[in-house]
Amino acid sequence: MSDHPTDSPSGSGGLPAASRLGLSLFTVYTLVYLGFVLLNAFAADTMEIVVVAGLNLAIVYGFGLIIVAIVMAFIYGFALRGDVNDASASSERTNDAEGDVA
Amino acid sequence: MIYDPSMTAVVVFFLFVGFTVGLSFYLGSKAKSSAGYFAAHGQIPWFINGVAFAGDYLSAASFLGICGMIAAYGYDGFLYSIGYLAGWIVALFVIAEPMKRLGKFTFADALDAKFNSRGIKAAAGISTLIVSVFYLIPQMVGAGVLIQPLLGFPHWVGVVLVGCVVITIVVTAGMVSTTWVQFLKGSLLVVFSTVLVVLVLQQGFRTDRDAFETIGPLSVGLADGEGNLSDASAVAEEAGRSLFEATGDDAGKDGDGWKEVGNYIRFASAEDTGFDVYKADVREDGLYLMEAQAKTVTGDGVTLIGGLPKGSGENERTLQPVGQLTRLPEEFAVADTDDGTSAGNGEGVSEQTGALGPIEFFDVLRRSEVTLWGSDRIAHSDGTVSMVYYQKPTDGSRVLRPGEHPTFAGIRSGRWTDRVNFLSLMLALFCGTASLPHILIRYYTVKDAAAARKSTIVGIASIGFFYVLTLYLGLGAMVSGTLDVTNSNMAAPLLARGISDLLFAIISAIAFTTVLGTVSGLILASSGAVAHDLLGGVMGVNFSEGNQVRVAKIAAVIVGAISILLGILFQNLNVSYLVGWAFSIAASANLPALVMLLFWKRTTAAGIIASVVVGMFSSLGWILLSAETFGKVYGIDPATSPIPFSQPGIVTIPLALLTLVVVSLMTGKSEPASN
Repeated sequence: MSDHPTDSPSGSGGLPAASRLGLSLFTVYTLVYLGFVLLNAFAADTMEIVVVAGLNLAIVYGFGLIIVAIVMAFIYGFALRGDVNDASASSERTNDAEGDVA
Repeated sequence: MIYDPSMTAVVVFFLFVGFTVGLSFYLGSKAKSSAGYFAAHGQIPWFINGVAFAGDYLSAASFLGICGMIAAYGYDGFLYSIGYLAGWIVALFVIAEPMKRLGKFTFADALDAKFNSRGIKAAAGISTLIVSVFYLIPQMVGAGVLIQPLLGFPHWVGVVLVGCVVITIVVTAGMVSTTWVQFLKGSLLVVFSTVLVVLVLQQGFRTDRDAFETIGPLSVGLADGEGNLSDASAVAEEAGRSLFEATGDDAGKDGDGWKEVGNYIRFASAEDTGFDVYKADVREDGLYLMEAQAKTVTGDGVTLIGGLPKGSGENERTLQPVGQLTRLPEEFAVADTDDGTSAGNGEGVSEQTGALGPIEFFDVLRRSEVTLWGSDRIAHSDGTVSMVYYQKPTDGSRVLRPGEHPTFAGIRSGRWTDRVNFLSLMLALFCGTASLPHILIRYYTVKDAAAARKSTIVGIASIGFFYVLTLYLGLGAMVSGTLDVTNSNMAAPLLARGISDLLFAIISAIAFTTVLGTVSGLILASSGAVAHDLLGGVMGVNFSEGNQVRVAKIAAVIVGAISILLGILFQNLNVSYLVGWAFSIAASANLPALVMLLFWKRTTAAGIIASVVVGMFSSLGWILLSAETFGKVYGIDPATSPIPFSQPGIVTIPLALLTLVVVSLMTGKSEPASN
């Protein structure tokens, strides 16, 4: 049993995979989700406020979280649409992103 | 009667199941090798795999549990929808592509890709098994719940039937047929749920104030401020009814617990020899008696409804379906009727909205009043237990906000432990999705990382769309007048029954295939963990291609048999509650190790093993010692639990992360790897 990652030729495949875009979208969504959860936990009454067209904040924010997730997924897919041959492209992206997250 | 056996339902149901099993026999001939059995040769088209993700993920808990919870309590069930979907963002942006690149057949492959460590394979294999089994229990329980009303079989028959069909599916063809079953089920679920939502919106809302009787206003002095009736005879006299008294043979059998509860009163029924039970409700203008329903189970297992045997024959009774809207906004009021009854409050007058738009639906409901149902348990000295279900008129605005369900009511209690419990659950849902073994193995069925990404996007779109529908389905069921007051899990199929028998048959059959699909995915993940990770990887057994598949199939039969057994044993536990366990364990055991492996270069094999083991056992231990488990599973006083709140995620996920960092630093090289 080796205790550290082996320096195998395929090692690049094991490096961080998310692109800058992926991580940015992930961060944005996490913050929006966190906002929803914290509002519910510490200011539950705000969820009753009617925001638009007779819809309260609970419905608008809740549906918003689902719609934003779908939209972000499509943005991600569209931005990486040319990235068919994943192995090399992904590890290049990965190396770029590595400095940010490691 | 809520559940009349329906020939259409039975025929449609067996057509579905027959087609599913037939499909797997057909595809069975195509999967002889390990790559075929575990990963469908990586040849599944990304779109098919994406919809299959939805099929895998939208389990009995999603479909039956969430709709049921929304129907019974309102918005709270939708919090699960939001959390379950948010978890896919972690899967897409963090996990999808590296999972595909690192692994071959199982989650343990990916975790162990850099280390070739038996310890990692063992830890990951065992965690896969534990999470899968915990996820299997609620699916099996759900199967039993469905079969009972649909075909009239007892619960255990449903569980055995699902178990056998799924074992057949998994053993015949592995991942290929599982994927196609999931694709089929995922598409049907989304399509027919959409049809159901369109029909619900077209019908709009209709008030029903006659389904259950309200007597009053009576003199307010007849009850104290808490609704306890001081003189039952005086109440009966003013209400023009006579008190119920068990006579003859039944006299001794009538529960003595009724005498202890002051806010209920029982009148002799005018139609049969049973009783009508009412709950006192003190309002500004007087005392009201609201009709309730009583179900009594005697020590020798006989079920009585309102004091009479359960059944549809003479002098027998069944519980009445519930789910009424009792007031609509003013603009829908009907003009005063000839007999002078005010339409706004009168009985016998039904207002309706006509077709509603998807936004108008919420606006109208928010300004209406619905009747939710609560329950009280009355224990009698002879071991007999009565459950009384009572009406809770509730403002529409309250069912469209979080905090009505007991699990979420804590956010309004002001206690910090309740708030932390809520945060912990939402964290586990967020982190759990990308750690579920049966979801992770689906990344190996496509050809490359780009296909993994695309299929995740298709998965998110279908799952997200479905979760939007859950709120309409649940709220539609809430006011459909078709619900079973004792079991909210059947809300979605019963909503369909209120519209048409055929739709009920189709929705029930889809719900059943939902269970089949998810269970087959889980059993496949478990059999992979046993054959590939534990026997092959850890014990070092060298299998030939054919032998590994054979061993996996034997493992599938064993895991299937165990899940049948557990499904029967845990039949009374709440489905969503059990799924929450699986998410918490998966998030604690698997996610910290997976994420750190990808993003922290100093992660060591020992760090990963320690993290998986600590995450798995700390979350499992926390759940087993929590107040909820004390009360619901062991039947011990929840107050004696040593754990301050029930959901482990907020403690055990960071704990697993910290363990990984500390152990990695202790076991790693003294110099950090240079960049």
